[in-house]
Formats: sequence, C-alpha cells, structure tokens
Amino acid sequence: MNYHWNWRIFWEPAPNGTGNYLDMLLSGLVLTIETAICAWIIALAFGSVVGVMRTLPSKTASSVGFAYVEFFRNMPLLVQLFIWFFVLPELLPHGSGLWLKQIPNAPFYTAAIGIGLFMSARVAEQTRAGINSLPRGQKLAATALGLTTAQAYRYVLLPMAFRIIMPPLTSEFLSTIKNTSVAITIGLIELTGEARAMQEFSFQVFEAFTGATVLYLLINVVVVIAMRFLERALAVPGYIGGK
Amino acid sequence: MNRLPVIGLALAATLFGGLANAEDLTGTLKKVKETGVITIGYRDSSIPFSYLDDNQKPIGFAIDICSKIVEAVQKELKLDKLKVELNPVTSSTRIPLLANGTIDLECGSTTNNPDRLKQVWFTNTHFLTATRFVSKKSSKLSSIDDLKGKSVASTSGTTNIKQLTEANAARNLGINIIPAKEHAESFLMVETDRAVGAVLDDILLASFVAGSKNPDAYVISTDAFSKPEPYGIMLRKDDIEFKKVADAATAALYQSGEGQKMYDKWFMQKIPPKGLNLNTPIGPELKHEFAKPSDSPDPDSYKAM
Amino acid sequence: MFASFDFDVIRRSFGYLFLDGMTFTLTLTGLAALGGLIFGTLIALMRLSGFKLLGRIAGLYVDLMRSLPLVLVIFWFYFLVPYIGQWVTGSSRPIQVGAFTSSLVTFIMFEAAYFSEIMRAGIQSISKGQPAAAQALGLTYRQTMRYVVLPQAFRNMLPVLLTQTIVLFQDTSLVYVLSIPDFLGAASKVAQRDGRLVEMYLFAAAVYFIISCLASFGVRRLQARIAFVH
Repeated sequence: MNYHWNWRIFWEPAPNGTGNYLDMLLSGLVLTIETAICAWIIALAFGSVVGVMRTLPSKTASSVGFAYVEFFRNMPLLVQLFIWFFVLPELLPHGSGLWLKQIPNAPFYTAAIGIGLFMSARVAEQTRAGINSLPRGQKLAATALGLTTAQAYRYVLLPMAFRIIMPPLTSEFLSTIKNTSVAITIGLIELTGEARAMQEFSFQVFEAFTGATVLYLLINVVVVIAMRFLERALAVPGYIGGK
Repeated sequence: MNRLPVIGLALAATLFGGLANAEDLTGTLKKVKETGVITIGYRDSSIPFSYLDDNQKPIGFAIDICSKIVEAVQKELKLDKLKVELNPVTSSTRIPLLANGTIDLECGSTTNNPDRLKQVWFTNTHFLTATRFVSKKSSKLSSIDDLKGKSVASTSGTTNIKQLTEANAARNLGINIIPAKEHAESFLMVETDRAVGAVLDDILLASFVAGSKNPDAYVISTDAFSKPEPYGIMLRKDDIEFKKVADAATAALYQSGEGQKMYDKWFMQKIPPKGLNLNTPIGPELKHEFAKPSDSPDPDSYKAM
Repeated sequence: MFASFDFDVIRRSFGYLFLDGMTFTLTLTGLAALGGLIFGTLIALMRLSGFKLLGRIAGLYVDLMRSLPLVLVIFWFYFLVPYIGQWVTGSSRPIQVGAFTSSLVTFIMFEAAYFSEIMRAGIQSISKGQPAAAQALGLTYRQTMRYVVLPQAFRNMLPVLLTQTIVLFQDTSLVYVLSIPDFLGAASKVAQRDGRLVEMYLFAAAVYFIISCLASFGVRRLQARIAFVH
C-alpha cells in the first residue's frame, strides 16, 4: 500500500493559523449546524404553509401548492443552489447583482435559503400527509362547532397533524443536515468542506474523512435522541398517532 | 555538439535496456508491463501545460513531455503496444489518485516542494513560477496587503491556496478565501466580481488574462507570495526504476534542442483553441535548468547561468 | 434583460452535453438503480432473516449510509475503491478504476441502504399467509422468497422504488464535486470555458426538471394502475 497513516494529524497545527486540524473540523461542524438550523426554520415556515394550502378546499390554493412542490422537488439541490448563487445575481440589475455577490457571507445565506426552500417542498408533503391522515370527523366536528377554516386548522387539525408527522420530520431534519454538504460547491466550508481542506493540506485522506464521518454520526445520534425527548414531551396522552 | 545528446540517449537506452533485463521489474514499470496500459493524469484548465481543447482532448506542454516519457517506457519495456489512458485530475485529487493507482503519471502544473515529497516523487523540473494574484485594474490593488478584508479566490489543493492561507494568518489580513475546484473557476470569480483577486501561479494567471474577453481590464501583481518554484511531473514515491526512466527521458528532452522547441511551441506561438500567443520567452533560470536538468524542490537551487 | 445572453452556446455544445454528459448520467442512474436494488434486497433479507448477527450487521450498514451525506460518501469511495479492489482481489497493488466505476460503486452502496428499507417494508407488508402457504406446499426458504414473496413485494413497492430512482437520478449530479463529467459537470465545463453561467445552468435546470417531471408523472400513472394486493 502506498498510503502513509498518521492518526496524530488531528493534533498538528493547521496552516490557516486557527489551531490544529481538529479545530478545523469542529469549526466546520459549527457551520454545518448553523446552516442546517437556519434552513430548517425556513423549510418549516414555508413548508407548513404550502402543505396547508394543498389541503384547503380552494382549487387555486391547491394548485399553487402543487406547483410549488413540483418545482422544488424536480430539480437536484445542487442545480438549485447554482441558480441562486450564480444565476440570480446576473439576472438582477447590475447594482443589486453586484451587492448580492459582495455580501460577506454570501455562501451561507444562499445555502440556508436554497436548502430551506428545497426542504420546504418535502415538509409540505409531510404536512399534507399528516393532515390527510386525521379522521374526517375532526374537520366536520370543528365546522359543526362554528369554527372558521382558519380556526379549525389552528386549534384542531394542525396540533394533531404535527405530532403525527414528528418522526418523518425528524428524518427530514437529518436530511437537511446532510444536504448542507452540497453547499461546498458554492464555497460554504462546512464539515465536509473542512474535511476536504484537511485532506488537501495534510495529504491524510482517510484520517480526514474518518473524522468527518465520526462527527456526522455524532450529530445524528444527538438529533435522534433530542427528537425522541421532544416527541415524548409533546405527546397527547391516550392518542395513538403516527408510528 | 548536436550529436552528443543522441549518443547519450543511445548509451542510456542500452544501459537501461540491459538493466531491465537484469532484474525483476517493480512498481509502475511492473504494472505497465503486466497490464500493457499506462494512465496519464491531465488537467482541465492549466493552460498551456495541460488543458482541454475544443474537442475536449487534453493537450499541452506537460502532456507533450509525458508523451516522451511514455515513449521511453515503451522502449524500456520493449512493448509492441502500449495503451495510453487519460484520466482527468484536479489540484485536490491528483495526489490521492496517484497514490491509489488510478494514474501513473501526473502531467500538469504541479509544484515540486518538500512537503509533497513526503507523499510523491517528481521528475526533472519543467517550469519555474511564483505565486501572484490577478485583479481588475479598476480595483487598484497592487500589494498583498491591499487584499485586507476582501474576498480572494484560489484553487483547492494548490500550494497557492496554502500560501494565501498562511499569509492571511501571518499578516492578519482577514481575507475571505473562496476555494474553487479548478483554475478556470478561480479566475471566473474575479471576472464575475465575486472575488477581487485570484491567487495562482503567475504563468497560469497570464494565460487566463490573455484568453479572457477583455485582457486589458486585468493586472497581475508584481508582489509575489513565494519565490519562483519548480513544476515537476509527478510519479509514485519509492518508484526508483520508473523515476530513472522518467528522469532519463526528460533530461534527454531538455538537453537536446527538442526541449526548447517544445517550449517555444507552447509559450511563443499560437496555441489552440483560441490561437492565443502567450509570448513568454524562456527565463534564464529555466534555460539553465534545461541544460542541467534537476528535480530539486528548493527554489534557491535554480539560478541563471 | 436577456439581450446580453447568448443562448446559442447551448446549441453549439448540444452534442457534448447530451452524448457525453447525459449518457453518463443516465447510464449511472440505470446501473446504480439495478445494483442498488439487488444489493438492497439482499440487505433487507439479511435484516429479516432469523440470524441476529446478520440482522445487526445489515442494520448497522443501513444506519451508517443513511447518516452520512452523499457528498462525503462520494469522496470516501473515490479514494477508497482501488484499495478495496486490492483487498478483494488480493492483488499486489491498488486496482485501477475509472471515474465511472468508482461513481457506480458509490451509488450502488449508498442507494442500497435506501432500497433495502423500501424492500423491507414491502416484504413485511405481505400477509403471513403467503409464506405459510408456500411452506405448506414444501417450498424451501429460497424458493419461497424467489417465487412467492419477492415478486409480490417488488410489485407493491414499485412506485416507491421508481420514486427513489428519480431521487437517484437527481443525486448523480453530486459527482460534480470531483469534476466527474456527468450532465451537470458537462454543462458546468462549457459554462466556465465560455463564461456563460446563466445560460448553461438555466438550461441544465430545465432539463433535469423536465425529465424528473415526466418520470414522476409516469410513476403516478403507474401507481393508479397497480392495485395493492393484500
């Protein structure tokens, strides 16, 4: 084998002067988490609105929701990020385009918005599935009680729907975290990006990627446990909903 | 004077020919003899060393040099047919792909330095270049310190990005470094105003500026991040026999008039695909090195006559 | 706004984009889907078999692949496959693989984890009466799986499997990180060489969109025609 192992590489100083290689990976980890959380907030906000739209009786709302979901689901995430990052500034008037390109953390904002919108389509689908899985009687009873559609959704349907879809939403959140790695193509140096940089500076390919792998597994475990706590805290006693 | 290199080559061929018969082959020579295939790693956009022409075929100064090495290998192993495969590499994949056997020779614009010698070996130097940055004239940036607080692009996996990172930390410049996958992308960042500067080897910068839509808009800094450093063609570490063949082939090429002719073809004449002429005469240090080929990683060892 | 754009660049590079790029993408998608399905079914069977150890190993594999970003897995396999080849074939040096083979191995291994979960759900949804009847008829485990359970599971899960294949089709664009020439990579190369980012990326987006749209439309039609057999 031509490869020279060196597991002590993590404690050797990195050329960017911010400490050792382990610090490089950890700073990437922090950026991954920050991007994922921002993207997730956007995804939840837009996704739940669109998901609700798709279940409304109004035909226009339904079609708009459908178009939204199809638009974001049928293009690879990478292509979407490229459109936001490379194409959008060129389509705007020169001044705004230039401003967009020169924002100090452009990759971060682009990645958060791009990934957020991409995931919002999936959140929309989950929300729709959740609402549709509720017994029909719920909506009917709400109407019988004199609640408007908005009130029915707010007080009766959505609370239960969200509890039902918490397990799939957990896996969508994990997907969001994994999808942040795609942003290395637009210059966001998150965990995978830092692992790559570490590989390039130190030539220790396998050590670098093993470090990143371990950190991703760690995130997964933490998120799964956290979500389990959340599910238990929010569970409605006696209601057997979801998986 | 003209016949000496030919005699030298003939002598070398007989000597090395004898050597191959006398011992078992190891390393790359063994692999090539057994499989009948040698794989060359080429670059997308390292003009004029190794890049893709209009038909997506790799051409360039380093590619021509590697063809000479391949000829020497074929002669050395006495093969009737030697298939040459081409595999694209980037700055960040070239070393791992060489180590894991995907490519046997990396023909591009790779800097020979002591750090890399821990992982790979280089054959005789084929160029000398320093790290500089290119920017638009309108940005009015002349020294490295002018880059303070700005966004600067460079290609991942290069000595350039490493030198930029180190200078950034040492001089406390707070530069936002944008890593690009390939050299063309780094230059594109400056072209599209995403970065105010791109840090690369000055010869590569010269070729990008010359080939751009508006060459007069750009200026290459006189301030350099490093001394002129040597480019070498990479091969696997500890591959003594293969290195001998490669060294002999490149030495013969440089010392004969053919080396200079090859240089002129890529640096003093029009090159595909756009018919650019880089007009870069051979520097005195490189001329001296062609006469006395060396694979030293030390920039100070390359002096003019 | 569109006056300064040169959409002719698309026409000029059409051949390269589709003959080289799209062929790579579609071939990779097709072969990876097939390989992933076969390997994934094997993993699903391992998990559902009675042997605890096999089940554990399969479970760990699936969990590992599903926890890692595809980009990281692509990097891993690109550098690792030659060494794996060397270990598997016992040769004296790392096996030389090209970009396509390495990508294919990556996607088969990665997608197998997802396909295995789908097939596992499919197998578990078959009523217990089926394998019981098969056993009563004297069929071995192998024959039961091959002739009774798997065909039904496959048919029931076909829409989901096809949807996952569409996802795989889109995921192949990620080989971009290694400058491997798939459709997006080809579009990118043209874009950077000619400075036509807007035109090429919009075109690439449109192509992916149209293909995925048509494919998912096809899957929806298929879903309507396949009845869920209990």
